[in-house]
Amino acid sequence: MRRKNWYLIVGAVLTASMLAFTAVGFFWTPYEPSAMSAADKYAKPCAAHLFGCDQLGRDILSRTLEGAGATLAIALAVLAVGALAGLAVGALCGYHGGAADALVMRLCDAVAAFPSVLLALVVLAVTGPGKYNVIAALGVLFVPSFARLVRGEFLKYRDRDFVRSAKLIGVSDLRIIFVHILPNIWPVLLSGLTIGFNNAVLAEASMSYLGIGVSATEPSLGYLLKDAQGYLFTAPWYTAFPAAAIVLLILGVSLLGEGVRERMGVGT
Amino acid sequence: MAEPIVRIQGLKSWYGKGRERKQVLRGVTLDLAPGEVLGVVGESGSGKSTLAKCVLGMVTDIEGTLHVDSQRPQMVFQDPYGSLNPAKTVGWILEEPLRAIGVRDRAQRRRRAAELLSMVGLEEEHLGRRPAQLSGGQRQRVAIAAALMQGSKLIVLDEPVSALDVTLQAQILRLLAQLKEQLGLSYLFISHDLTVVYQLCDRVAVMTGGEIVEQGDVDEIYDRPKHPYTKKLLEASLALD
Ligand SMILES: Nc1ncnc2c1ncn2[C@@H]1O[C@H](COP(=O)(O)OP(=O)(O)OP(=O)(O)O)[C@@H](O)[C@H]1O
Ligand SMILES: [Mg+2]
Repeated sequence: MRRKNWYLIVGAVLTASMLAFTAVGFFWTPYEPSAMSAADKYAKPCAAHLFGCDQLGRDILSRTLEGAGATLAIALAVLAVGALAGLAVGALCGYHGGAADALVMRLCDAVAAFPSVLLALVVLAVTGPGKYNVIAALGVLFVPSFARLVRGEFLKYRDRDFVRSAKLIGVSDLRIIFVHILPNIWPVLLSGLTIGFNNAVLAEASMSYLGIGVSATEPSLGYLLKDAQGYLFTAPWYTAFPAAAIVLLILGVSLLGEGVRERMGVGT
Repeated sequence: MAEPIVRIQGLKSWYGKGRERKQVLRGVTLDLAPGEVLGVVGESGSGKSTLAKCVLGMVTDIEGTLHVDSQRPQMVFQDPYGSLNPAKTVGWILEEPLRAIGVRDRAQRRRRAAELLSMVGLEEEHLGRRPAQLSGGQRQRVAIAAALMQGSKLIVLDEPVSALDVTLQAQILRLLAQLKEQLGLSYLFISHDLTVVYQLCDRVAVMTGGEIVEQGDVDEIYDRPKHPYTKKLLEASLALD
């Protein structure tokens, strides 16, 4: 009998709860997230404001709901850009090899040699802040790690006999890559995606915290943390709830990834 | 004699490029007639698999005459763990050769897959299995069926039974002999095992150092070997038995 996979169970529950929380925020928030109210300045968590209020009397639950949505959207978009481009680059390089592969991989090494947040800082210093610039900068910077992961897997598979068989029966290279080889590397890719998602959440939070990420009109969880830091002692709940949302999201996805790895026997 | 299905004259082949370029085949000459089974024996590294790859068009750096008179010759590999896609079902694996030649009708593909599966001695229930859910012998049967899906008349078998134990070897060899008769196939059968070659082949070519040193009917070669290398191989194989 299979041992209970607690990572998978706890990770799935936690991730699902956070997704549900975020989904709620897309449709409904108890208050208008940016609505100020002088009477509620620094309000403690209470029945009317479950998470309390900030220095301008804005409802923190509403702001956290909205921020979680922004963070999730940015992380997913970064992941989509990085993973799709990384998959294409890694698959082609790993499958075909040769001089082009060597060149592209050197390029990836060069980019990956710098911490991605640092590079994104530089990029955003040039392009200016904003959601789409963050997505583009982080997305591009995520390509090398995905490309390398995928390339390694394709390298492993391209000389397998089943790939040779496929060539003999006349299957096209693209079909070999995406239909014959790709399904074999799903487990590895999936665990890479969970790690990438967490890195994207953290990178976006760091950048917004440093003030070069999203703008005040589209506050993400990272932006809320930055906004809250001046009131750490007057309104600690302003820091606590967005921070908890980030931690729970990352924890859930990490556990989920670990559970998937265990379930699929990746790395064993 | 009918036109040969494979005609090779003075075939040389190389691996690598530039300074790394290394010659493996050093002038191989052989014919394979339709319906014939030609064994290729020789020690490890003598170039047997390279010869097979040349016939299948998988080695491009070649010189000499290589004429293959068959649509899409197919190959059965030594290791059935590696030659079947672990992520796919047997049914999918058997249908893929038909998809590759543009058979759109799914029912037709299924029917043909089931048909070949029964020809290699497996049941229709195996269609839904993945390779990991089959035994080594069953996997090799699936690999053989897959090689036959496109109706190829020429099958190259590179050590197809070397990974199997002796009883399974005998079963697979019998299956191969039977399929050959039934479908009018020709085999290029590569092996280092002279006993196995003796069981299945009509003729045998003895290879060493990228050259064929002797070829002829199996009985002839086994009874009256002329080349010292052939004698050595036969003695070594007798000593083992
Ligand atoms: N892809 C390759 N690139 C470079 N050299 C190769 C390649 N494949 C084989 N060789 C070399 O060519 C020579 C012949 O190899 P080949 O695989 O044809 O031998 P073989 O007779 O099939 O041996 P075995 O019985 O071990 O399978 C060997 O020296 C081998 O190292
Ligand atoms: Mg070989």
